[in-house]
Amino acid sequence: MTERTLAVVSAGLSQPSSTRLLADKLATATVARLADEGVTTKVVTYELRDYAQDIMNNMLTGFANPRLEEMIEAVTSADGLIAVTPIFTTSYSGLFKTFFDVIDNRSLTDQPVLIGATAGTPRHSLALDYALRPMFTYLHAVVVPTSVFAASEDWGTGDGGRVDSRVQTLPARIERAAGELSALVVRSDRSARIRDPFELPADFNPAGLFPPR
Amino acid sequence: MQFGIFTVGDLTTDPTTGHTPSEHDRIKAMLTIAQKVEEVGLDVFAAGEHHNPPFVPSSPTTMLGYIAAKTERIILSTATTLITTSDPVKIAEDFAMLQHVADGRVDLTLGRGNTGPVYPWFGQDIRQGIPLALENYALLRRLWREDFVDWEGQFRTPLQGFQSTPRPLDGVAPFVWHGSIRSPEIAEQAAYYGDGFFSNHIFWPASHTAKMVKYYRNRFEHYGHGTAAQAIVGLGGQVFMSKNSQDAKRKFRPYFDNAPVYGNGPSMEDFTEQTPLTVGSPQEVIDRTLGFRDYVGDYQRQLWLMDHAGLPLKTVLEQLDILGEEVVPVLRKEFAKNRPADVPEGPTHEALVIAAGAATTADATASAVRDDLDTAAAIAPHRRATGAAFGLAGATKTGA
Repeated sequence: MTERTLAVVSAGLSQPSSTRLLADKLATATVARLADEGVTTKVVTYELRDYAQDIMNNMLTGFANPRLEEMIEAVTSADGLIAVTPIFTTSYSGLFKTFFDVIDNRSLTDQPVLIGATAGTPRHSLALDYALRPMFTYLHAVVVPTSVFAASEDWGTGDGGRVDSRVQTLPARIERAAGELSALVVRSDRSARIRDPFELPADFNPAGLFPPR
Repeated sequence: MQFGIFTVGDLTTDPTTGHTPSEHDRIKAMLTIAQKVEEVGLDVFAAGEHHNPPFVPSSPTTMLGYIAAKTERIILSTATTLITTSDPVKIAEDFAMLQHVADGRVDLTLGRGNTGPVYPWFGQDIRQGIPLALENYALLRRLWREDFVDWEGQFRTPLQGFQSTPRPLDGVAPFVWHGSIRSPEIAEQAAYYGDGFFSNHIFWPASHTAKMVKYYRNRFEHYGHGTAAQAIVGLGGQVFMSKNSQDAKRKFRPYFDNAPVYGNGPSMEDFTEQTPLTVGSPQEVIDRTLGFRDYVGDYQRQLWLMDHAGLPLKTVLEQLDILGEEVVPVLRKEFAKNRPADVPEGPTHEALVIAAGAATTADATASAVRDDLDTAAAIAPHRRATGAAFGLAGATKTGA
């Protein structure tokens, strides 16, 4: 049976948090879609709060301690990433951004990513598209078209039996996003890749490139 | 094995007194420290190069020239010389001059520098850091090894028939270390030329240093300079000592907690566990330092960072006394144990001169050995007969 790994990063602060709840729902839906394709998925979930001190120490010293290093390795080598943050003051939380600031900015290249966010009001929903999506684009990740925003009121809406398909409720948005992510995860060979941290560029010449000797 | 200290030359307020030394005081303190290095029986003093406050040493060879006159034995080195933003022609001239002034007691460690604005201040682009380091060094080598150089590169004015002056002492270029924390390109460059690789070591976990050094060693062998175990490795280190461990921790903690590099971050205990920093008794420093060999192999040079974070001169001199009296003599003895005979000693001018002589003899009998590529490998035989240099030069050729 085919196997894939899925990393989930949640920047929720409270316990339990709606951010984690959304992250789990996105993961469960994605795993189900992958199962339909005959794929067994290993899910690794991280609450950034558990790593808050480590992340800030990395920011200040320039290196990840062994605990954080292991977590970063698991996240960046996964076949897909679900990244969910609360929206604070119109953007991702500082902890969420700091985590993506300390990882190597080449380490998410080509990684399929599903972004999600939570907030107290639906008026923050565009933060996904003006803050999270550009950040992952900068990192050369492949962000799926559907991002999932859950305001407090979304947790009290059903899918209405999908009678009225013009209104995409939270469960429907989750399903669509999971479908988009799973389609990319199925094709990923990321977790099977052997990554060589000492790999040099193909045209590397220790004597310099110009003039050719 | 060579032991010494390296200084970044930071002008930092002493957090325990609030006193900030003047630039003049700091510079004079560095000169005093360098002389103390010789007095307590260490082997190397290395100065950094910076072009922005709060760092004072912008002109290393001026400083090292003074120290050369005041000392007789120690090797004068750098940590690091900026190969990216300094003109390689000027580096060639400055260090050849220093070689003559110091009767050969000179080598240098090349680095790219970690201060973004320095690049544009000197007309360069930080995104070209690696290509600058590669090309500038390629030119630097030729300027020291060829009497007349025709040169055209990507980054500086072309040269036609240029001769850098003075010529290196005894016709032998200063030994070069390449310093890098995280760039495999620089480890590759050091291996390609058979030069030394200096791992700063002090701000990053040992596991990282181990991987970088292993990579360099393997590539050194790949390029035919000798076995991986014969590659020339230098390490940084950082210690603070008192007779007993608790006093050391108590005295150093305010400096640690306020240090520009790691202050307000991890606790001193965490940082000690995760990096080579050792705060404790001389015996603890001895044990920790001997442990470095377990993950980098037998190596050639150990430098410590001593005068930083606002530590007063008096304290630094006391630390050097402890190093010289209690730590380094034991390390010399212990590091010599079980050290394979074919692992080179730390590089010296005398060894390079002998090796160059042997290579010339080899040249006369065999066809051209790539003498641009065998500086480090040639050091190995210094500890034994010159005949061994002959053998190693031959090995270089077959391996290349």
